[in-house]
Amino acid sequence: MSEEVLFQLKGVSKSFVKGKEEISIFDDLDMTINRGEFLAIMGPSGSGKTTLLNMLGGVDQPTGGEIWFNGERIDRFKESQLTRWRAHNIGFIFQFYNLMPMLNAARNVELPLLLTNLSKAQRRANVETALTLVGLNDRAKHMPSEMSGGQQQRVAIARAIVSDPQLILCDEPTGDLDRKTADEILEMLQLLNQDHGKTIVMVTHDPAAASYAKKTVHLDKGKFVQREVAA
Amino acid sequence: MGSLISQIATVTVMNIRSLPRRLWMSLAMVLASAVVVAILLAFLAMAKGFETTMSSAGSDRVAMLMREGAAAELNSVVTRDQVNLVEDLPGIASDKDGPVVSPELYVIVDGIKKSTGTEANIPLRGLDSRGMALRGNVQLTRGRSFTPGTNELIVGEGVLREFDGFDVGSEVRFGKNTWRVVGAFSTGGNVFESELWADAKVIQSHYNRGSSFQTIRVQLQKPGDLQPLQQGIDADPRLNLDVQTEKAYFTSQGKQLQYMAIFGRVISFIMALGALAGALNTMYTSVADRAREIATLRALGFSNFSAFCGTIAEALVLAIAGGLLGSAAAFLFFDGLNASTLGGSFTQVVFRFEMSPELFVQGAMLALVIGFVSGFFPAWRAARLPVIVAFRQTT
Repeated sequence: MSEEVLFQLKGVSKSFVKGKEEISIFDDLDMTINRGEFLAIMGPSGSGKTTLLNMLGGVDQPTGGEIWFNGERIDRFKESQLTRWRAHNIGFIFQFYNLMPMLNAARNVELPLLLTNLSKAQRRANVETALTLVGLNDRAKHMPSEMSGGQQQRVAIARAIVSDPQLILCDEPTGDLDRKTADEILEMLQLLNQDHGKTIVMVTHDPAAASYAKKTVHLDKGKFVQREVAA
Repeated sequence: MGSLISQIATVTVMNIRSLPRRLWMSLAMVLASAVVVAILLAFLAMAKGFETTMSSAGSDRVAMLMREGAAAELNSVVTRDQVNLVEDLPGIASDKDGPVVSPELYVIVDGIKKSTGTEANIPLRGLDSRGMALRGNVQLTRGRSFTPGTNELIVGEGVLREFDGFDVGSEVRFGKNTWRVVGAFSTGGNVFESELWADAKVIQSHYNRGSSFQTIRVQLQKPGDLQPLQQGIDADPRLNLDVQTEKAYFTSQGKQLQYMAIFGRVISFIMALGALAGALNTMYTSVADRAREIATLRALGFSNFSAFCGTIAEALVLAIAGGLLGSAAAFLFFDGLNASTLGGSFTQVVFRFEMSPELFVQGAMLALVIGFVSGFFPAWRAARLPVIVAFRQTT
């Protein structure tokens, strides 16, 4: 079966100016992410992995090269186009969950649906489905401060999948969790990938976390130094 | 469009719910706008009260005749002969006693203000029963009216409130003459309540005015119709008099003190600048405090316009809360407050601060301006902050 390309980076470079010095993070980086892939990006601090994830998520722009998503070149998008593109195609999972502390779990999960034209009843149904999927439907009315770190991250996962995006980007999703809880979260991501066909790109320091992915790439000094495919 | 409204509503609700995290900063902004609005309303209520006191005194069914060029009653002189000639002019209403004409005197006496203990000028008006009948709204609230030909006077309710020593039954001394206060009167809160009234002939005698007066008030046949009277004055060279309705006279006197409203606006503007500085600080702090939330929402796909509107809405809510607080404080502390100030004839005019719906609207507008300006620049920052920068600042 031929694999369908979802993301393609062609000769991407990223640099920034500090004082009079230009510091390069990537130079001429090529990368392809296929639909349905679960990719882990590993690398030491400062290797550029979070910058790469931010560029995949359209929250950072390359200084050179091309980024293609589903046959569309997104590095030329304006800010407002990128915002709409993110809303339709990307789900984010952050290390520190980034839930809105003043909204309950259901309202947090509902946030991406406010960007759609779904009715209130449809939104409520989708929120219930997403919370059920992460096993937290009984906590819908709980505030983030009333939940454990693992539960908050599951709410964040429900928020990332509720609008059925094609790609889920995870920035150190288990970095703030204990091992057992981290494993539960990673199993959940694996489930989303295997049973629901979600494409997942995860940045992590943790080899144990990376072992849940189908493929792992190692980034160092802006270059891919190693590629591993799970057995 | 529906999505945008949902976004703005959600961001606004989130911002408002996060206010307890910035409780003291937010309260400072509320208080700053409350103080500015309260001060503006206090000045405007003062100006409004003064204007109402002056304008409600004047009737357009009464004409005032003063010497040509006299800007106020104090500067005018009218002779007895002129009074007699005026009584024969057309356009003047008559009753069973003949034309309704009231020649009046207006002199200044001293009183001691209750609020400061200092001396201030009070007008002593000389008139007779026709002058009181001409005004229509005179009510004796205590005692009786003065007896013609005696050193008796009656005191306006405003003088009673603001000055010491004018209680009914007491004796007061002006120069060499001692007067007995025999009654108090009300004229519905207008400027006449700031006066003392006594018999015109007695005042002529005590103040060496001979047979002269200072003004002539006449009741017009048709309210506001000065034309027959004016034609009569123009036709007789002995009548070098200006004529205007009493309403026009007091309106022009009231306008002389519009500086109060202007001064109030200037003071409020200066204070609003100070409040704006504080409010800007509050709102920039708010944006910094919510940077991760703003960045997260924008990463999820919320528009930067919703971040802008949410921040503006937060600033408006705080400023309006301050506006309401300031309005309530101004109403509680100033509405109906008695005060006196120097009027157009160098005499004290007693008036009450007067709040009105229009003033509250002005207070609300000022609060909205403070809210909008203090919210605009922080909102602009919230909207323009690159998502990636916000993440770097907070994680």
